[in-house]
This record gives sequence, structure tokens and C-alpha cells, in this order.
Amino acid sequence: MPSPKRIGKIEFGLLSPKEIREMSVRKIIWADTYDDDGFPYPQGLMDLNLGVIDPGLRCKTCDQKASECPGHFGHIELAKPVIHVGYTRLIRKLLRVTCRSCGRLLLSLDEVAKVFGTEDDLTGDQVSEKDVKKERTCPHCGEQQLKINFEKPTMFSEVLLEEGRKVEHKLTPADIRARLEKIPNEDLIPLGMNPEVARPEWTILTVLPVPPVTMRPSIILENGQRSEDDLTHKLVDIIRINQRFKENQDAGAPQLIIEDLWELLQYHVTTYLDNEVAGCPPARHRSGRPLKTLSQRLKGKDGRFRGSLSGKRVNFSSRTVISPDPNLSVTEVGVPRAVANEMTIPVRVTSYNIEQLKQIARNGPSRPTVNGPCGANYVIRPDNRRLRLAEGNLDTVAEMIEPGWTVERQLRDGDVVLFNRQPSLHRMSIMAHRVKVTEGKTFRLNPAVCPPYNADFDGDEMNLHIPQTEEARAEAYILISVEENILSPRFGGPIIGGIHDHVSGIFMLTHGMRHFTKEEVLYLLRFTNIEHMPPTAKEENETEYWTNKQVFSQILPTELNMVFRASSCQNCETCKKELCERDAYVRIFDGKLESGTIDKKAIGAFDGQIVNRIIRQYGMRRAAEFIDDLTKLSIRAIMLDGFSFGIDDEDLSKTEHGQIEEVLRNAALDVERRIKIYEEGQLEPMPGRTVEETLEMQIMQVLGKARDLTGQIAGRHLGLTNSAVVMAVSGARGSMLNLTQMAGCIGQQSVRGERIVRGYDDRTLPHFRKGDRGSDAHGFIKHSYKGGLNPTEFFFHAIGGREGLVDTAVRTSQSGYLQRRMINALQDLKVAYDGTVRTTGGRIIQFQYGEDGTDPTKSAFGDPVDVKGIVESIVKEEV
Amino acid sequence: MLPEKFGKKIAAAGLPEKTKDQLRSFLEGKEITDAQFKQILDRVIREYQSTRIEACEAVGVIAAQSIGEPGTQMTMRTFHYAGVAEINVTLGLPRLIEIMDARKEPSTPTMTIYLEQDYANDRDRAREVSWKIEAAPLHEFGDITTDMEQMQVVVHINTKVCEKRKISPMEIMEKSPKNIRDRRHYRDFEHEIDEENSRVAFTPKDRESYQNLFQLAEHVRNVIVQGIDDIERVVVRKETGEYILYTEGSNLKDVFEVAGVDTTRTRTNNISEAASVLGIEAARNAIIYEALSTLGEQGILIDVRHIMLVADMMCMDGEVKQIGRHGIAGEKESVLSRAAFEVTVNHLLDAAVANEVDELSGVTENVIVGQPIQLGTGDVKLIAVKPEN
Repeated sequence: MPSPKRIGKIEFGLLSPKEIREMSVRKIIWADTYDDDGFPYPQGLMDLNLGVIDPGLRCKTCDQKASECPGHFGHIELAKPVIHVGYTRLIRKLLRVTCRSCGRLLLSLDEVAKVFGTEDDLTGDQVSEKDVKKERTCPHCGEQQLKINFEKPTMFSEVLLEEGRKVEHKLTPADIRARLEKIPNEDLIPLGMNPEVARPEWTILTVLPVPPVTMRPSIILENGQRSEDDLTHKLVDIIRINQRFKENQDAGAPQLIIEDLWELLQYHVTTYLDNEVAGCPPARHRSGRPLKTLSQRLKGKDGRFRGSLSGKRVNFSSRTVISPDPNLSVTEVGVPRAVANEMTIPVRVTSYNIEQLKQIARNGPSRPTVNGPCGANYVIRPDNRRLRLAEGNLDTVAEMIEPGWTVERQLRDGDVVLFNRQPSLHRMSIMAHRVKVTEGKTFRLNPAVCPPYNADFDGDEMNLHIPQTEEARAEAYILISVEENILSPRFGGPIIGGIHDHVSGIFMLTHGMRHFTKEEVLYLLRFTNIEHMPPTAKEENETEYWTNKQVFSQILPTELNMVFRASSCQNCETCKKELCERDAYVRIFDGKLESGTIDKKAIGAFDGQIVNRIIRQYGMRRAAEFIDDLTKLSIRAIMLDGFSFGIDDEDLSKTEHGQIEEVLRNAALDVERRIKIYEEGQLEPMPGRTVEETLEMQIMQVLGKARDLTGQIAGRHLGLTNSAVVMAVSGARGSMLNLTQMAGCIGQQSVRGERIVRGYDDRTLPHFRKGDRGSDAHGFIKHSYKGGLNPTEFFFHAIGGREGLVDTAVRTSQSGYLQRRMINALQDLKVAYDGTVRTTGGRIIQFQYGEDGTDPTKSAFGDPVDVKGIVESIVKEEV
Repeated sequence: MLPEKFGKKIAAAGLPEKTKDQLRSFLEGKEITDAQFKQILDRVIREYQSTRIEACEAVGVIAAQSIGEPGTQMTMRTFHYAGVAEINVTLGLPRLIEIMDARKEPSTPTMTIYLEQDYANDRDRAREVSWKIEAAPLHEFGDITTDMEQMQVVVHINTKVCEKRKISPMEIMEKSPKNIRDRRHYRDFEHEIDEENSRVAFTPKDRESYQNLFQLAEHVRNVIVQGIDDIERVVVRKETGEYILYTEGSNLKDVFEVAGVDTTRTRTNNISEAASVLGIEAARNAIIYEALSTLGEQGILIDVRHIMLVADMMCMDGEVKQIGRHGIAGEKESVLSRAAFEVTVNHLLDAAVANEVDELSGVTENVIVGQPIQLGTGDVKLIAVKPEN
């Protein structure tokens, strides 16, 4: 492969009329496109010199076929000059700051030096309109200046004083061009223009370039009719008017008609350049749709810049629905056979691999089973001819293969691929996995990698990309594999870890003290790589037993030492440590779990204390192994006991229902009492609040407390035998609040942090009396989800729920834009070899990254060194 | 107590102060052998060396992602009562956007005013400072009656209130007409001070119009006679053993002039005000503090270094510039990068007349022309030289 050429720089400038004519291959004079036979008109808009789009024809300029010819520009000679809409502001500025007679800048040399600075002083500003005083005389020739008016989109006029009256005198583009021509080169530099590439008069068009047909191809509809591109339509308009203008001019038509035609030509050129100019009706298609002209092609999200140039399309990608598979490693991705057979990796044939590749070619394009060997879809000869492998030619092609050929091999287990889920908000949204060909039609992934992708399995789809070169594969594996991305650069902690059932499962396994028989232990540890059973914990009735903590310890590295508190810890004033009745004091000594329950704080995504410590002590690969073992163990642990949740899990006994009712009744009475105090005018307002606000706050407080109390009553009844409680306590999913709402009382519904107040005159719903401030009338739901809501409660619940939906919708767009802006502002920053942070242009932003040069990814939740962890692991006690 | 030999070794190690302090505090009172100590110190040093940032790392993109990604998890709720129940503060995503936009005025300006030692521990003296800061309109100091017969507005100053708020009635009487003229720009009236009865009478110049009288009455009622105009409310709270003032509204410059205010700790959430009063370094620190506390309040963990980088980028040129079209993104050197961000066509047209040159050094430009970008592995220019033999 030849080394690719690098583009060094891109210079921007204006095209002069001379350059436009020079680069043009054909002068275009006819507005017609194709003749009756469907052949392009010579000197028409589809002239063969401008390039070809129909297959079979050859370009008259470069003699290449449609697929190779890049197209060539033509030009239109305009009958009279017209203004380029994009430069109206520049033209206005130039007319206002230069003399109408001599063309010089309306500032003396000293004044220019004052604003713009001298040659070696770079602090100066460009000369702007504000620097030139209104209606002054020219310091060079003494001419009195006139006021220049500008009217959108392209009208310029001078204000004359005639007999004491102000008279507007219109400036034609030709007049303006004449004035701009007079501006000397040296006066343009203080104005921020480089006359070498941009003479001001070039902003007034005398000749219009005609873009090649390749950038405005016509499409053939089903009925055989040709449909022209919007640009072609616009060019047709311009040529027609231009032609008519010329004819009228030659015939010596009256000034009025000439002016009208001139304006019309200006309109067409304006809309050709930009069809969304203020003060100019957009040119429309016959159907009424505004035309998409040059500016519209570049602008916006789907425009050339953001849509086509910054966003590239790729081959070797696939997309399908995802589903979970806890038996895969976190570093793997399950790829359906149909996808694996379609996606290929090019392998160069050498004398070392020729036999394997011949066999692969012989296997052909269809792989019969998941475990079957991979085949190949194409082989490429040294002359770049591709040979398709099909049932019939496998052996013949395989025999032809020689070193120097390339075989496009299908995917097989162990290949490195990139896996991605949109929205790609952070770098962990694309990670490299290893392929595991699986049955079915979905991509499979270990649920522990859901958090970085923010994926779930309710129908999410994900993308798979196959790196095609050895270099790309190496980079993918070393830099962006799942193992390398367990730590999040956001806060320096693990982002991959157990979720949902992993947490519940490991919690149920390790909570308290349990004993397992050999069969049970082996069942639990079957899918991990454990070779020896630990010593038995006890023997009873001639059966050996192992403890639950021993089972968990099997997947820990042997030298791990740490002490922390589980998420079920209540932060008691004096910690009872090993004697904690919640078993929340976790102590691991030399890789053995001595006490405590493993839960979200220990292995969960985002928290994962154990995962974090393993990464720092043993590295990323060991951590990935630990997560694999953990997911397998926890799933088996949860299956050992079984885990489900149903309507009867929220059942409460009569006593609890009585207590809840009592609490709610008291709360309602308390609210009424406070309302009464308010109505009697006895309520003392809080500082800085009105009486009404104070009352509202009090009511909210009372009702909130009541809701929490019902939760506590329900919680007392539902112990750790309840699945929802297990999930809430272990941190797997949900909270006690969710349980409160299901079993106890849903509580106050709010809109913008206040009780619901809107609705009818003085009341929320017609079911209540006007002016009722009671709890029921403003959205307090005293029933539980299980008990069921009454109609008014249901309505209030819908009101509260709506706010959440609106909130989410608004938030996604706002935070998306914020992120786009931040990426754009910061994308060019990098750490230089001297440790400074610089832009790619070399400007220094920070002298040392983050003031201490610590990589946030590798930091211990922000600290340069995890001192606590190191001391703990060596001293082997809590510090 | 940490044995001296260990202390010396820790002090001599090539580690940042923070790590050394952590090491000292964790080893404090522990019985450790020399071997253990050596092991610990070695591992700390090894870990310190392994956590250095690598050259060519695209730290900007990582910072932007780290701040942007949790944005979707933040609430939209504008008002929240942070810390002080009585004062409304904008929080969540809207506040984060506000900080990044470098708005001249935040939607809810507030200040946290710390007091000097003598004032901070004394409730009454703290209260006194608050009187001098909180803007108090004239109607809080006495009765205002509109005398339609005499065509005048009469103010009876309540001397008890004045005493409580530590201001002399005379001062109020002199200040009120002056402030109506200077601050409220209303001049069509005359006034008469009756010192003995602490009474001021305001008479409109135009004695025929009732409308003018009422207008005048309105001005008299609301004229600020004590405190600082922009600070509408002050709440005194005792926190961590000292009295702290929280305000609604912000005016750093004037607050600094009030006696008793600890100017070293007092802060405002108005970043551009911090920049103009205290300078760009203060503004940078304010951005970091505000962004970090906004994210922290939402329970989002984020490394300070990311926010530091954003703040440094915003304060780069000595003035606070916004993230976006009118700030950093709009002033980049590269034409293509600007065109790909926003207002595409104008950037291209302006680049042409100014004869700008795109050096293709940034990310977007190189993506556009299809070249490797100059970050990470793309920045390394290693060429293997074929050994000669």
C-alpha cells in the first residue's frame, strides 16, 4: 500500500471572475437540459463537458466513465453584475468606510494606526464601521460623504440632500462594483481583507460558476420521467432570465424593464446561493416545497458539514437486538451465526498460513453449525480481482490460492470486534469484545456490561464493527477492550459490576451464616475455575458442610485483605463490627470472607469496592475474571433458593392495615387543624415566606411524614423473606420507598415541587368544595398501589406522572446540546510529552494536568494513590 | 505516634503532600514492622508512578464526556432549597448549563457571607451585619401616609425599629430623598425634614395631579434606605459553629465594604461578578466550586480534574468565555471546525475574504478531510528504521 498523502493545510479565498472563467470547461447558454432523445444539450446545463452521470457515457473533458469522472465546472456570463447575498454586510461596511469618490479609507493614516496598530504591534483591532464618523468628508480628497442605506436582502441606496429634502438614490450592483474597484489594496488590510485572494469587487458577481452535474444529478422516476435536482432548477431560472435580460438590453428596452429584469436576476442568484434569506420569499418547487439550494446543502444537522463530512458511513458493521447471557464472559459478545457468516476479516496469504487459509476457503460461505469451522466469502487476487466463493467453486479456488492473495475469512470465536450502543455519550459506549458465535438472531452480552452501555433488554439494538487491519485490531484489544474499561474516567471507580439479580443472588448467598452440602457447593461453583474444595466447616450426621462465606471466598484472589461496610449498613453510632445484627461489617482476610454480606457496595456497578481493590492489586484482567466468576456464582446462588416477586408479597395483616389507617387519619386531622389555624389568622409565617407558603410547607411535611410512617409499619411486617426487601436492602433494585408505595401509601403527588393546585376555579376537581385546602383535594393519595386508587387519586397520579415524562423529554435534548458544545470546545486538548495540557495548535491550557498530573481513570476515586487500600492489605486490619 | 524513622522516610519520598498526609494519618498509632513499612511505602510509590497521566491522552474529550454523560441523569427542577430552606437556588441541569454559558447574571444570584471572628460567634453582631447588607425599603422603618388634602406623602419614622436595626432616624431621613433621586431617578418632588418628630414630608412638584402623588408615594414606600440594593433578603444561620449569612441577590463589591465580613471566605454564585471584583483566578475557582457542587448535589460522582480543565479553558484568555458559539467554540483557529459546529455558511464566507488558512491540526478538521487525528495513538510518529547490515 502506498503511504497515504497528507493534506497539509487548506486556504480559503474568493474566486475572481478571471479564475471562474479559467476553471470553466464550458460556457453555458441554454436553459434546456436534455433533448427529446434523452441526450444532453451541448452548452446546456447537462453538457457532457461538465461530467457525466448516466452510465455508459463518457465525459468530454476527461474521457472517463461516470464512476471515475469527478465533474468539471462551467460558467454563465451574467448580463449585468449582481450582488452575492452572503457578502451584503461586508459590502455595506466597505461602502460606509470608504470614500465615494476616491475609494480611500475614510481615516487618515494616523487614525488607522491608532485602531489597527502599526506593523509590529499585533494588539490592534480591525477597522470597523464604528471607527468612521458619520457623514464626514474624505481626509484624502475632501469629498463630502453620503449616508448609505441598506435594505434587506440586497438593496443599497445613498441619501442625497436635495433642496432640503432627503432623497434616496438607488445604487445598482454595477455602481457598487465600480466603487469597490476603486479601493486601493493597502486600505483593505486594516479592514481584515487580503486583497491577494479577495478583492472586494469579486463579491459582486459578473460571471457565475456552474457546478458539475455530478453534484446535482437528475434522478429517473419509476415512470421513466427525469426529475432534476433543485440546483439545476435554480440554474435554469437564472439562465432564462439572463437570456431575456440580454435580449432586452440589446434591443434597447426602456430603463424600467431593464431594472425589473435586473432585480429578477438578482432574486434568482440570491435564492440560488441561499434560499432562507431574511426579507426574500424563498423560491419554491412546483409542489410548494422550498428549494434546497447551496447554503441549505451545507447547513444544519443533515447538511454537508455535520451530516456528510463529520459523520462517516462504514462497511463491515451490523446491528440487531441484544439479549442477556450470564454464561458469556464480560469480555465476550455472542454473535448470531447469520451475522458471523456475513462479516469478514481479510487475511493475507503467506507461506506460513497458506494451508489454514486454503482449508478456510474450502469450507465455503455457509457455516452449518455454531461450532463449525469458519469459512470465507471472497478471495482477492493480487490484481485486486475478487472471486466469490460459492458451493460449486470451493475446491478449484482453494487450489489457486498462493502467497500474496487475500482471503476474506468469516468471523470465528476469539476475533476482536467493536460493540456499541447509541447514544454514545462516553468512551465506554464503544468497547472491544471477543466474538463467540451463538445460535439465535440476537447479539448476546453479559448483563454486567450493561451499565457502561446503559443498555437493557426491552428491545434495545446494538451495533457491531469489525476492524479490518492488524493495527486496528491491536489498538482495539489493547486500548478499548472491556477489561481496560472497567474503571470509569469520570470518577476513577469501576463502572462494570454486578447488577440486579447478581446483587440479590450474592446477597442471599452471603447473608448471615448458612451451610451447604457438597452437592450444593459444587452446583454453586460449577462454572468457575475452582480446582480444590476448601476444608470443611463442620460435619454433622456424617455429612460434610461448607459455609456460605467459604463458597464466596473461592472466587476471591488469595491475598485480598479489606474491611468495609456493606450498603445495608445503618451507620450506627458505635459499630458492632463482626457482631453486627445486619451482618453489614465486611471483613476479608487473606482472600477469605470472614464476616459481612456481599452486596452492591462490594460488587455492584459504580460502587464495587472489591472489584476496585482487585483492579488496583491484581490488574484489569483479574478483575474481569472476578466479575465473570461472580456473575456465574450469583446467578446459581439465586437459582438455588429461587427468587420471585408477586402481588402477595405486599400482603399485610389486619393489624398493619389498622395502624396505617390510623396514621393517615391522624395526618388528615393534623392537616385540618393547621388549616383551621391558618384560617383564623393565627399562623406564624416563616421568615421570608408568606402565610400561604408556610401552610403549604407544613402540610407537605405532615403528609410526607405520614407516608414514611406507613412505610415503616409495612417494613416491620415484611422482613428479609420478602423479595422486594431483599432487593432494596442489598441495593439490587428499588428502594424501601417503592415498597412503601406498593404496600402502604403512595403519598403526595406534586407538580413543580408543590401540591397540585391547578384545575377549576378555586379547586382542583369538581369533586371538592371551592377553597378546600384539605389533603385529599390537593393530590394526597392515601391508598397503596396494591389497594388501588379511587378516581380522584388516579387523576392526580396521572398529573404527577405527566410532569416526569415532560421532564425527561426536555432534559435529553438540553443535555445533548450541552454535551455537543462541551465536546466541541474541548476536543482539541491533549497532554503533551512535557505534561502540559495544550490545544493541538500548541496553546498551553494547564501546566500540569489537573494540577497533579494524575489520570482520573487510574486514580482511587480522585486520590493519586489508594493509601488506605495499600495499608489495609499489608497491615491486614481496618485503618 | 508515628516513629520518627518512618516520618523521615515519608517526608523524603517523591510523593504529593496529600498522599503523604494520608500515609501519616493511616499509619498513626499502628504497630508496624520495618519490613511492613517498607512494603507499604514501596507500593505507594509504585502506585503513584502508575497513576500518572500518559502523554497524548485526549483529556479534553474525556472531561467533556464525563460532565456531559451524567447530564441525562440530572433533574430539570429549577428550584430547590439547597441547605437553607428559605432561599431558592437554581440547581440541576439548568444551573450546569448556566455555568457553562458564562451568563452575566445567574437566574438566582445568591451569596454565602462568612463573618470575621468577632462577629461569627455572636448572634446579635451577626444580625447587625445582616441589617447592613439586607436592602430595607423605607416602609419598614415607619408609617407612610398619603395626605390627599395637603398633596403630600408623610413618613413617620419609628425610632424603635431604627434602634433595633442600628441606624439613626436622621440618617434615614437624609438618605431617603437622596436615594429616590439618585437610585430611582425620580426627581419631581420636594421634601421637608422635621427632625424633632422624626418626620419627613414629600411634596410632588406638580400639585395638581393625583397620579403624581401616588407615584411619589410608591417611590417613597420602596426606596432602599439601609443595606445594599441588589440583596433582597438575608438569612442568618448557624452552621459548623459559626454564624453564616445567606443572601438572595448578589453584590460582592459592596458586601466586601461592610464591616465584619470575612472577605477571604465570602463567595457569590455569580461567576462574572467574581471575575470583575476578584479577578480571573477567582472566577476559575468559582466555576470549579459551582459546577462541582451542582453535580455533587445531584449525587453525581465526578473527578475535579475534569471540571478544572473546563474552567481553565473558559478562563484561558483572562475573561470568562462561554462554552459554545459565542465563546471557545466560535473562536477556534480552524475554519472547518467552526463551520462544522454552528452557523456554517457565515464562517466559510468570512474565512474567504480574510484569506484564512486551516492548518488541519484539530480533531474535526482531520475527520472532515479523512486523515488520522493528532491525539492518542494518532499523535505518535514512530518509524521503524531498518537495521543496516
